[in-house]
Amino acid sequence: MSAQIIPSRTPAETTLVESFGAVKASLPGSADVAKLREDNFAAFVEAGLPHRRVEAWHYTDLRTIMREALPLAAAPSPAALEGLKKDVAALPLHGTKLVIVDGAFVPELSDKAPEGVTISSLATVLSSGKPDLLTLLAGQGMGAGDAIVALNAAMMQDGIVIEVAPGAVVAEPLNLIYATASATPVARFSRSLVSVGAKASVAIAESSLGEGGRTGQTNGCLIFSVEDEAKVTHTSLLTGSVAGSIRLETFMVSLGARVKFDSFALISGQGLTRRQIFLRFNGEESESTMRGASLLRGREYADTTLFAEHLAPSCVGREIFKYILDDEAVGVFQGKIHVAPEAQQTDGRMLSKALLLTDGVVMNNKPELEIFADDVACAHGATCGGLSEEQIFYLQARGLPYKEAEALLLEAFAAELVDELEDEKTAETLRGEISSWLAARVVK
Amino acid sequence: MLEVKNLNVSIGDRKILNDFCITVKDGEVAAIMGPNGTGKSTLSYVMSGRPGYTVESGEVLLNGVNLLDFEPNERAAKGLFLAFQYPLEIPGVATMTFLKAALNAQRKYRGEPELSTPELMKKVNAAASKLGIKSDMMKRALNVGFSGGEKKRMDILQMALLEPSFGILDETDSGLDIDALRIVSEGVNSLRDPKRGFLVITHYQRLLDYIVPDTVHVMAGGRIVRTGGKELALELEKSGYAEYLGEEKAA
Ligand SMILES: Nc1ncnc2c1ncn2[C@@H]1O[C@H](COP(=O)(O)OP(=O)(O)OP(=O)(O)O)[C@@H](O)[C@H]1O
Ligand SMILES: [Mg+2]
Repeated sequence: MSAQIIPSRTPAETTLVESFGAVKASLPGSADVAKLREDNFAAFVEAGLPHRRVEAWHYTDLRTIMREALPLAAAPSPAALEGLKKDVAALPLHGTKLVIVDGAFVPELSDKAPEGVTISSLATVLSSGKPDLLTLLAGQGMGAGDAIVALNAAMMQDGIVIEVAPGAVVAEPLNLIYATASATPVARFSRSLVSVGAKASVAIAESSLGEGGRTGQTNGCLIFSVEDEAKVTHTSLLTGSVAGSIRLETFMVSLGARVKFDSFALISGQGLTRRQIFLRFNGEESESTMRGASLLRGREYADTTLFAEHLAPSCVGREIFKYILDDEAVGVFQGKIHVAPEAQQTDGRMLSKALLLTDGVVMNNKPELEIFADDVACAHGATCGGLSEEQIFYLQARGLPYKEAEALLLEAFAAELVDELEDEKTAETLRGEISSWLAARVVK
Repeated sequence: MLEVKNLNVSIGDRKILNDFCITVKDGEVAAIMGPNGTGKSTLSYVMSGRPGYTVESGEVLLNGVNLLDFEPNERAAKGLFLAFQYPLEIPGVATMTFLKAALNAQRKYRGEPELSTPELMKKVNAAASKLGIKSDMMKRALNVGFSGGEKKRMDILQMALLEPSFGILDETDSGLDIDALRIVSEGVNSLRDPKRGFLVITHYQRLLDYIVPDTVHVMAGGRIVRTGGKELALELEKSGYAEYLGEEKAA
């Protein structure tokens, strides 16, 4: 027998290759889109699942972690959708409800678009071939080279495309609600786009209904394209993932000039969550704030990896990510700020703060600056430590029992980022999530 | 009444308090003066239950109850209050939230009903205006970004609110400007009561012009080495601690 090179494909990779072969003909899109899918899948196969030696995935070795690839979610049955109807109605959310079931946008479960907003399914847009939207959906090159982004571009089943007209002021939040109709764990690939016209203003809030996004394997991609002088706020609740689930969320944001962009994400749960953020400043004098809080206990794991590119002058970037790690939890924060030569007067600050509640937790921090302009103010910092015994004593000396003092300080640590949110109702919801996580804490 | 009896305390293998004894009667204001590093703050911390000290022997009796048997929060609920030499900043905890939590925790411990928010606001606002504390400070995180003097005022505000039966003021005068010193002293004086005792730790006789003590104690080498009336503070101002340095070395 002659020697041959056997590519060491993992079982999960093998299944993905088979799946793609089986479903590609039925995935939505024009011939051009089909070609893009093929190219992206080839790129994925070439790279394989991300592993330790891929810098951006150094801590989250998917090749090892993802033992199998789950079957692709089937289109939800009418009966299942009917069943979801009352759950959607019961959601205590204000604003417009837009429901995505196992990766597919379901207009029947969703509210009408408010004035100034056009909503389509990704499938429609991919088939209609609107070139401008297709470019935006490709993320304008953000995340190029990332195997998970490529896999998403190859496999994307559906998603939602939101266009906010120039100058439109959308008063109430647009809620992207992830739901599931599958009784068994499945894989889902969705890609959504929010295209915000110049001078428009909108708030987008992502959350889960029931086990939506919390089970099985999710590869989601949400792309924001924001034109000049628009104002966007975004919140994402990546909470309550189920043990064994894998949630990979890519968040791509490209900003025009004088934009105000504000985002907060909360991560918790027993599954693995990896959030990757690609932020690009394309126009001058924009301001972006990216915040995140990860609350982890047991053997939970969450990774936030951020890449901020300043390509235009005089932008302000604030990135702050907090972690509360209890028991044997593991947190990862990787952040890189890149400042191009033309991005003079960039003001970029990135900070990660981790509160380590036991000796058994691990926090991996990797902040980086890559600066090619000379007139900039950029900084990054990372702090790791326990609760201050001094602060606890101060509170105790005023009458608070130890556990109450500790709880007050934990809440303060996590909620500090929430306090900065403009929308009080959203802030209230997030505070509630944080409090209930803390309340479930087993104090030793 | 506060009675500290033969208190011996060390940090690591270093002895700090040396058979320390003091009695402060109800209604009495006792001042403690003494050289840097002689153990004044240590005494106040040990009394309030800060971790990190080894209490080898002795008792701290407040109205007959040995505080050393209790957690710091229990000591506070039993009536002990320490105004810190360096009040701490607590980011993310709104001052008002903290005041409410502290007051209600103490009341709960004593089996008293909780105070409603309007009742609390009324008390806080009254105390704050007396101490010249601006209302916007109450909305900020506790002590965060407060000036040194503002932090001291906030500590005294807490004392006014918590109405302890015994107050320890550890160098409350340090960091206060001339007006603040007067305002804070008036705040303390208005809390003087036949049922409430004070231990005032200070380096300067000036504070004692405002808060006039009944007794003055000189502390050196981890114990009280001399006790007198308010004129003792004036004498120390002139002579310094030279004659007590032997005590320091002996410790
Ligand atoms: N955590 C500690 N570890 C080691 N030594 C300590 C510690 N805390 C205090 N000491 C020492 O104990 C001694 C007493 O300190 P303390 O702060 O009680 O003095 P003090 O009388 O309040 O001084 P000052 O007038 O400067 O405030 C000092 O020599 C100090 O260095
Ligand atoms: Mg001191």
